[in-house]
Amino acid sequence: MKQFLDLLAEHSFFSDLAREDLEFIATCGRNVAFRAGTQIAREGDPADAFYVIRKGRAAIEMYAPGRGSLRVQTVGEGDILGWSWLIPPHHWVFDVRALEDVRAIALDGRCLRDKCDANHEVGYQLMRRFAQILTRRLQATRIQLLDLYSDKVV
Amino acid sequence: MSDCLVPTLCTIAGRTQDTADVFTLSIDPPDGDFPFEPGQFNMLYIPGVGESAISISGRPAEAHRLVHTIRAVGDVTRLLGIREARERIGVRGPFGTGWPMAHAAGKHVVLVAGGIGLAPLRPVIYAIADRRDEYGDVTLLYGARTPRDVLFYDELLEWKRAGVLDVIVTVDAAGSDWNGDVGVVTNLVGRIHSEPAAIVAMMCGPEIMMRSAARALLDIGVDEANIAVSMERNMKCATAFCGHCQIGPYFVCKDGPVFFYPDIAPYWHEREF
Repeated sequence: MKQFLDLLAEHSFFSDLAREDLEFIATCGRNVAFRAGTQIAREGDPADAFYVIRKGRAAIEMYAPGRGSLRVQTVGEGDILGWSWLIPPHHWVFDVRALEDVRAIALDGRCLRDKCDANHEVGYQLMRRFAQILTRRLQATRIQLLDLYSDKVV
Repeated sequence: MSDCLVPTLCTIAGRTQDTADVFTLSIDPPDGDFPFEPGQFNMLYIPGVGESAISISGRPAEAHRLVHTIRAVGDVTRLLGIREARERIGVRGPFGTGWPMAHAAGKHVVLVAGGIGLAPLRPVIYAIADRRDEYGDVTLLYGARTPRDVLFYDELLEWKRAGVLDVIVTVDAAGSDWNGDVGVVTNLVGRIHSEPAAIVAMMCGPEIMMRSAARALLDIGVDEANIAVSMERNMKCATAFCGHCQIGPYFVCKDGPVFFYPDIAPYWHEREF
């Protein structure tokens, strides 16, 4: 358990959390591995976890009939994958597929939601961190939408 | 070249099509060597049409041949794109400040490029490859529109294979057949493994991209005095006479195009500069 806790503590997402809060959260976690090509999440399925990626890369995609899987973003080592566990109705909004062998820490969404309800301080700390991730992703998506490398004036 | 306001007629040695709208011209100066610093630019001139400021994308150690990688977006650049070998065009230059190669010696180098912004950074890579022992880790973070728009793909692979640098390419949009990254180049900053305090970063691309990437570099602990950016403005005379390229107190053609972040960042948020 100590090793698992240390893995969490080393990640910037959790790095400045109090040890007791980290231990509280860690009880919802487990190590997972996905082989390259494996579907990690599928649009519409229950979002019962989020992932702290330790190694490898994964693609966030959306399937469009007649066009196949459209890649929206890739995530890799150090990234946090998934926030649908946090927001009702707790279903994945995108597909996620491992591009390489992926090793990650999976944190159980239902378990975490229960803990956040029981301990609002931990809940606040998690929400604060997810708000930062959501903001960065939103900013990046807006820049992506600007199509900066095209020659058209936006 | 003698008079900075008078173009010298040079002969086109060859043209290669890099992507659908980007091509590279090799030009032979008439008087032999044309020394330049990585980051400098020339004014390329088509008589009766006009001039365009184009960064030099060739190898500094091969000064006998001028290389420019050009995106066809205006009258001059479109016409340059259909010029054939042995035709002649006018060249003035080289102009402007270069990348801080001496400042980067002994440190880790992070290059952040977006789109055609890789072209002015290519001489940096050549210069590093020629003196690889003088630099620490070298990492290129490169953002392109789609996989088809990635510039110098084979050369990047070769440099990576030869250990010159680590390359991470991301694109804004791709199908599932692309195995690289998708997303903005800023997302790649977290994949830099070098000690941030020892990094010298050099960035070239759309200004919005550079602002965003600079913030990300500062967030991981890169010193703002170690971030250099290449600015793009409407350069007309290239000699700081006309004022078309003025930004704050600077003429980009003379005081730039390469600036250190603390000097130029205050003007990034000033409208109409």
